[in-house]
Amino acid sequence: MSIIPQPLTQFPWRIILLLLAIATFGTVVLYSAAGGSIFPWAVNQGVRFCVFAVMALTISRIPAQIFARFALPAYAIVLVALVLVELIGGVAGGSQRWINLGFMQLQPSEFMKPIIVLAVARFYAMLPVGEIRRWNAIWPALLLIGFPWALVLVQPDLGTATMIAAGGVTVMFLAGLPLRLFIGTGLTIAAIIPIAFSFLHDYQQKRVLIFLDPESDPLGAGYHISQSKIAIGSGGIWGKGFMKGTQSHLDYLPEGHTDFAFATMAEEWGLLGGCLLILGFMLLFRWGLRVAMRTQDKFFRMVAAGLTTTIFFYVAINLMMVMGLAPVVGIPLPFMSYGGSSMLTVMLCVGIIMSIDRANKRKARPGNWA
Amino acid sequence: MKFRLPKRKPLTEAAQSFTFTRRTMVVGAIQGSIGAVLAGRMAWISVVQNEKYSLLSESNRVNLTLIPPRRGWILDRHGKPLANNRTDFRVDLIPQRVVDAENTITQLAKLLALEPDDVDRIREDLDKSAGFRPVQVADKLTYDQYAAVSVRLPDLPGVAPSQGFSRHYPAGATVGHLLGYVGAATAEEYKARKDPLLITPGFKVGKDGLERSFDRFLTGKPGAKRVEVTARGKIMQELTTRPDTPGRTARLTIDAGLQEYAGRRLATQSGSIVVIDCSNGDVLALASMPSFDPNSFSDGISHLEYEMLSKDDHVPLRNKTLQGLYPPGSTVKPMVGLALLEAGVSPQDTITCSGAIRVGNTLFHCHKRRGHGPLNLRGAIAQSCDIYFYQMAQRIGMDRIASMAHRVGMGQKFDLPFPSQSYGTVPDPAWKERKYNQKWQVYDTVNATIGQGYMLINPLQMAVMAARLATGRQLNPNFILGAERPEPAPVGVSEEHLVVIRDAMSAVVNGGGTGGAARMNIPGVMIAGKTGTAQVRRITMAERAGGVRGNAGLPFKLRDHALFQGFAPFDNPRFAISCIIEHGGHINRAEDAPMIASDTMSFLFDQAKAMEKLETLEKAWGGPPAERQARQMAAFRLAKAIEKGEAPPPVADTASNAAAASNATTAASPPAGDEDDLPPLPGSQEGNAP
Repeated sequence: MSIIPQPLTQFPWRIILLLLAIATFGTVVLYSAAGGSIFPWAVNQGVRFCVFAVMALTISRIPAQIFARFALPAYAIVLVALVLVELIGGVAGGSQRWINLGFMQLQPSEFMKPIIVLAVARFYAMLPVGEIRRWNAIWPALLLIGFPWALVLVQPDLGTATMIAAGGVTVMFLAGLPLRLFIGTGLTIAAIIPIAFSFLHDYQQKRVLIFLDPESDPLGAGYHISQSKIAIGSGGIWGKGFMKGTQSHLDYLPEGHTDFAFATMAEEWGLLGGCLLILGFMLLFRWGLRVAMRTQDKFFRMVAAGLTTTIFFYVAINLMMVMGLAPVVGIPLPFMSYGGSSMLTVMLCVGIIMSIDRANKRKARPGNWA
Repeated sequence: MKFRLPKRKPLTEAAQSFTFTRRTMVVGAIQGSIGAVLAGRMAWISVVQNEKYSLLSESNRVNLTLIPPRRGWILDRHGKPLANNRTDFRVDLIPQRVVDAENTITQLAKLLALEPDDVDRIREDLDKSAGFRPVQVADKLTYDQYAAVSVRLPDLPGVAPSQGFSRHYPAGATVGHLLGYVGAATAEEYKARKDPLLITPGFKVGKDGLERSFDRFLTGKPGAKRVEVTARGKIMQELTTRPDTPGRTARLTIDAGLQEYAGRRLATQSGSIVVIDCSNGDVLALASMPSFDPNSFSDGISHLEYEMLSKDDHVPLRNKTLQGLYPPGSTVKPMVGLALLEAGVSPQDTITCSGAIRVGNTLFHCHKRRGHGPLNLRGAIAQSCDIYFYQMAQRIGMDRIASMAHRVGMGQKFDLPFPSQSYGTVPDPAWKERKYNQKWQVYDTVNATIGQGYMLINPLQMAVMAARLATGRQLNPNFILGAERPEPAPVGVSEEHLVVIRDAMSAVVNGGGTGGAARMNIPGVMIAGKTGTAQVRRITMAERAGGVRGNAGLPFKLRDHALFQGFAPFDNPRFAISCIIEHGGHINRAEDAPMIASDTMSFLFDQAKAMEKLETLEKAWGGPPAERQARQMAAFRLAKAIEKGEAPPPVADTASNAAAASNATTAASPPAGDEDDLPPLPGSQEGNAP
């Protein structure tokens, strides 16, 4: 037994320190992006991180069972909110994503990202073991994913819709559905992509085409990707140095503090900063998946792995976007991009995973007071 | 894979848990490998392609602006500047970047107090410009105006204030045609040369005259300024600056004082003066008046000023010294005389002039109706007797005259640093056959002898002719001081004959001849010359019967041209001169070719005296050319305003002024198809030259 008091050893130090490190790095980058000022971004982002970290720790104290109980009701509420957005939502930048609650702007699609994981996991947890290879194991999950996916897609918000679908499908995969379903579907999708492409909005089609060849329109729609690649590429191995990025400081890099924050970082910190950041995120995912693998409960292990994957999608889609491997879809990079919604979602995920972790540890020490 | 197994594993919690663990590991592996791919991708961009993207980043960040080189000065033979540069503050518009053109122009007009003319010109230039070519808004601004525009730049996209140099011509209009002017390069020039300097605000290229011919010589090497700019074009800091290398200085043979004097001495007439140094052919003055002011052309001329200039019947836009072609009239007589001597005619041979002679079935008159009586060559030149030359020329034939005409420079195209020159005609039987497919007639010879008919000359050629008659050497006009040139070939006539001609030409002025007005009041210097009158209309038999109408009674365009060519001193020629007054008609003695030429010549011998006379005369004409032109512009503007109904019609006192102004406008537009400047049809031509 350690001499350190148990509440301290139980406190998830490692993960909190990891998140703190990533968020601090993000805040430093925002400080530089504002031209060496904590205003307007760095200070907001720092305060926000503290608030959401406290929130995550609070969530981690909530008994994990609560999440299981409220998974489907919460799903229903957010789904209704998505319908409301479609009916009365505010239009911003051509998309209808927001509900104005008077005191704040609510973006229900953001909450759907973790909740779809909870809902689908809940469904498979309730499904009897023997049913997993039946048709009954598939269609309810597809409906659960399909409704919010369709509602978000018509907003239109391709990035979020993709993440919702990906989160739900990941849980289906983890639930143990036959592998051939995924392989078959994957092949089918590959076949119908050209058809689907023709249904995309003009601006989405354009983004896809320009993603395939950004240099074809370096001043128009390909501008974001071109400038982002220039920022990353000109950073080199060691970067241009803190506060010395020109792409961001001279406004060549659009959205340098939000979606393209990684490019801002890479320009000043180089390949070194980029690899460290990717490593940091990988450690986060490793922690999440290890929590999942330690968990015995079907629901909780699927939730832990599913939420980890949700965070992973944020990171992967954003990085692919800024490096020119994916079209510009407006997915922010957690902790690095300025903005509250994504940080709130990610911290909700982290909080729930921490709560599951806590429950595991208690079970592992049955002799204790819990 | 599970489904392929022959034995179906029982579906248990444990099996499902195992599947979950395995699949979670797969998910983890996928995440890890995507992470590795991303890191690899980043390494590819930032390490392998680092050079490419660093370059792109630099070209984003650094904006290279060219500093237009200062244009080389143009100096006269004594080192006095004919064209130099003045520091000025200026404002341009970059059409591509202008967002709301109308609003921008309105604001600029308010800030810089622009005239409506200027605003119209800016609008027009903006419409015509191809996007990349800067449009000048204003220059010669004060620092306060420059600063007022500079601080409002964020609200005025596309407006580019700058500090630079503008071309300045101290002598103004008198050097307009000689030097030409400078202006922004045209879209065509940029397309042809693709030199980014051409679209740099403030950079000007030579547009006409010597500025155009010496353009490459006068253009220096641009400097460069590297500045760090934001994506919106805001300049953050200057990185490095390389100063410009000014263009080379061109030194001309022109005498600035003489050039200006000649321009002013041409008075209100539409005329030209060319002065040549008899020792080597250097052109000392090449004046064509009235002229545009190259200063206002180089600034971008207003629509109204251009309209006024192009409607003026005194054709200020044409360089008359090189592009004006006139029948030389009697000024060719010394040349014809030289041809006669060469053909064996003795200076003592006489012809009796009775006032008219029949050639074929046409009666050719002398300018003196009652005839000159018996005349030898000297008397014929001094009195400009037509009959003597009609008869003598028929004796020796046209070919010999044409040969002499060619040798003294008529019809010759000189190698000149000017974009265009008209070089006239020396007709001969072969030429007529070629050109009109007609046989040469005796009356053609008769016409050519007195410089009418097909014969045409420009003022520079006439000065060259004077210089060659004066020296017997085939001098060629030259504009570059100290230029290397071969020894001129001789005209090929004996000195004896030349002396006869020079003596006869002196008699024109000093011996009671037709050019008495050209007598120069300078002790020891006598001017020799020959007057001329070039008819621009045909005098009918009926008119002649009723008395030829005096030129004063004719409309401007129908009056005769007045010409004079000569040299001084007559016995040791140093300078040769030509002067042509378009439609001068010998109405006003002080503004007629002989006296203008003589006064201009006197400037070379006694500047003070010449200036004194000019200043006295100028008072009667209404001041120096710049003053007169400003007054003309004001009258034209007023007339335009009345026409458009923007100004009240003139009343009482001002009535005569304004009426004169509007008359000027209407008279200024010549009738369509007006070909008065062409020689009268041969055959129908009846000689009449004093």
